[in-house]
Amino acid sequence: MAEIKIIEEAKKPLAMNPRKFALWLFIVSVCMIFASLTSAYIVRQAEGNWFVFQLPGLFTTTTVMILLSSFTMHWAYVSAKKNNVEMVKTALVITAILGFGFLVGQFLAWGKLVEQNVHFVGNPSGSFVYVLSGLHGLHIVSGVVVLIVALVAAFRMQIHSKNMNLIEMCATYWHFLDVLWLYLFLFMLFNR
Amino acid sequence: MATTDIHVNTATHAHDDHSHDHGHEHHGNFWTNYIFSEDHKVIAKQFLITGIFWALIGGTLSVIFRLQLGFPDMNLEWLRPVLGGWITPEGKLDPEFYLALVTMHGTIMVFFVLTAGLSGTFSNFLIPLQIGARDMASGFMNMLSYWFFFVSSVIMFVSLFLQDGPAGGGWTIYPPLSALPQAIKGSGLGMTLWLVSMALFIASSLLGGINYISTIINIRTKGMSFTRMPLTVWAFFFTAIIGLLSFPVLFSAALLLIFDRSFGTSFFLSDIYIGGEALPNVGGSPILFQHLFWFLGHPEVYIVLLPALGLSSEIIATNARKPIFGYKAMIGSMLFIGILSFIVWAHHMFVTGMNPFLGSVFMLLTLIIAVPSAVKIFNYVTTLWQGNIKFTPAMLFSIGLVSFFLTGGITGIFLGNSAIDIQLHDTYFVVAHFHLVMGSASFFGMMAGVYHWFPKMFGRMMDNRLGYIHFWLTFVGVYLVFFPMHYIGIAGFPRRYYSWTNFETFSGFADLNMLVSGAAVITLTAQLIFIFNFFYSMWRGRVANANPWKSNTLEWTTPVNPGHGNWPGEIPNVYRWPYDYSKPGAKEDYIPQHIPYSETPESNLPHENELIKLESSGNDPIVVAKH
Repeated sequence: MAEIKIIEEAKKPLAMNPRKFALWLFIVSVCMIFASLTSAYIVRQAEGNWFVFQLPGLFTTTTVMILLSSFTMHWAYVSAKKNNVEMVKTALVITAILGFGFLVGQFLAWGKLVEQNVHFVGNPSGSFVYVLSGLHGLHIVSGVVVLIVALVAAFRMQIHSKNMNLIEMCATYWHFLDVLWLYLFLFMLFNR
Repeated sequence: MATTDIHVNTATHAHDDHSHDHGHEHHGNFWTNYIFSEDHKVIAKQFLITGIFWALIGGTLSVIFRLQLGFPDMNLEWLRPVLGGWITPEGKLDPEFYLALVTMHGTIMVFFVLTAGLSGTFSNFLIPLQIGARDMASGFMNMLSYWFFFVSSVIMFVSLFLQDGPAGGGWTIYPPLSALPQAIKGSGLGMTLWLVSMALFIASSLLGGINYISTIINIRTKGMSFTRMPLTVWAFFFTAIIGLLSFPVLFSAALLLIFDRSFGTSFFLSDIYIGGEALPNVGGSPILFQHLFWFLGHPEVYIVLLPALGLSSEIIATNARKPIFGYKAMIGSMLFIGILSFIVWAHHMFVTGMNPFLGSVFMLLTLIIAVPSAVKIFNYVTTLWQGNIKFTPAMLFSIGLVSFFLTGGITGIFLGNSAIDIQLHDTYFVVAHFHLVMGSASFFGMMAGVYHWFPKMFGRMMDNRLGYIHFWLTFVGVYLVFFPMHYIGIAGFPRRYYSWTNFETFSGFADLNMLVSGAAVITLTAQLIFIFNFFYSMWRGRVANANPWKSNTLEWTTPVNPGHGNWPGEIPNVYRWPYDYSKPGAKEDYIPQHIPYSETPESNLPHENELIKLESSGNDPIVVAKH
């Protein structure tokens, strides 16, 4: 007599990489911080007594820089997929430099604001610009740290097509910071 | 009729998929095992014990101010050794310290006890155990979450001993009161430490929440589909999502307030005169702070309540020996409550001069919350209905939760009406409402959880008799404290007032206030029974068996004292939902989740039989006997 087996399958539930997933959750919470701050901006603006001034032109330059850095980040990602480690290093270095340059640019833009007599302390319309760009700048600092971590991993030959997690997470975060700045910049531009 | 000899191969339901780091115990030293542990069970116990510590402090603070309210003529000289200069030379409580007491009681209870102590304990403890995971998605982040909470606790605790006292602007810290150190003592350094402590607390909550969500979605064991998850896990899941979306908003509010307080910006401050002198701040909006605060503040109510509802769902089904009534309705109502919690915040602000039309919108949305809440109450009662109820202390506390949730929820319908709120706003009616529906209900959920999962946490049973005494004293005590407050509130007594003896109108309720204060003292004293029971049972309690409540969920398949990694061998697979209690035809009145349908042919329903596949190794056809 043939042996009959009872097969009862326990299906594997849906699952993703928990770390990548956690990164997305972190991004959600950062989105909530900036969503609340920008909505506070709108609510406050609607109440009147709102000092109107021109955003410094330097913000446009820094915006172009951070947009460029997203391209170089993608270049690093694609190179990693193709196992071109040298290219990954170059692209990551350029991205980090652009990120650092962005920070310097933001700082200089604050100087321009001070020249326009828009200070951190004063009418909330000016304070909000400092808070939004400053808090975003802090996140850029964390992003540059992540870039350096990825760079170190690249030098240790730990980034290649079989080991894409780190560079994927790094790229996701960097693109997010880029889009976040674009949102903040356009928001401040159109809500004068 | 031909019959087939079926060899049940029990090995088929243990896969070797989860082979990483199982089997071997982690032997570390004292520091890695008990202090900087990454084991979710140890972190849960750390949260629990810190939570109990804070609950005692928070409770004691409330009794001190209740003495003032119930016995305004009492000589409090005997408290001088503890409170020192906060007792005035006449033997009275310092009025500014009274405000600090109220503020700290609220802050401690809402955040440190019922958010960190409840969610932190049970999300950490139960999520990996109930979904069949070795640990959280990131043990390191989990450890970090506790230590952020610990540092935040230390800062808040230190603020209690400042010369000017801790924060005193109410737990909602509305500016301009909280923003101006000149206003009251409690807006000085105490407020600064409050904000720093809360910023760390938010970081802790976010680290925890990200971990909970990531763990629940990504590392469930085989067969643990979403519709087989225990309601506890569902509740922790929704709680974590709500926290992830709302705590960052509190962070924004706190950040802007820090800038206003310490750097001189004017986000929330405008046109303020102190002693005839105008402050330089122009253009701020204090109402803006309330919007930001309550956008967290209202969801926070459900962050506090949902875990308690999840715990009680599990405990009630287990101890009624019946499947939970309306499993999917329970999930749906929690989801609906979670969504609604984000669009009702302005009901805390009806009297801020809000547009009445907007007020009506928020009123409508607020009242809709009654629908999912009623669904939950209905399901609890129908689960109990004709159950074979085992009145364990955990079960009593769960039923107590249902009672408070109902009593306190009903007054929510009054308060949600923008017109009635004009009379009731900021009176003791509000105090009675939220203490019953969120304070006491969540506290009872937490207690139920401790009594129920104590055997899994410490491998021993808590003493039942002490548990019953604790329950009845607390249950009756809570109603004696909060029920009279409804009358006091309708009579117009405002909350946060130091004394009413100067008002002719309110002198009539002195006896009722005395009753409330007396009951508060008894209720707090009753908690000492729990503390004794908790620590005594931890070392001297009756040794528990692996499944003392004959429960279905996966945590009871672990050894009595599970090590790091939870299961010594393979992680069990899951074949059924967690509520197969008293299934008709079954040998026992419970069938744990890891038992396949093929082992329970006597109780399977037709659609469950279809999940069993037969496989023949030979060419003989398979004939299944039909009953």
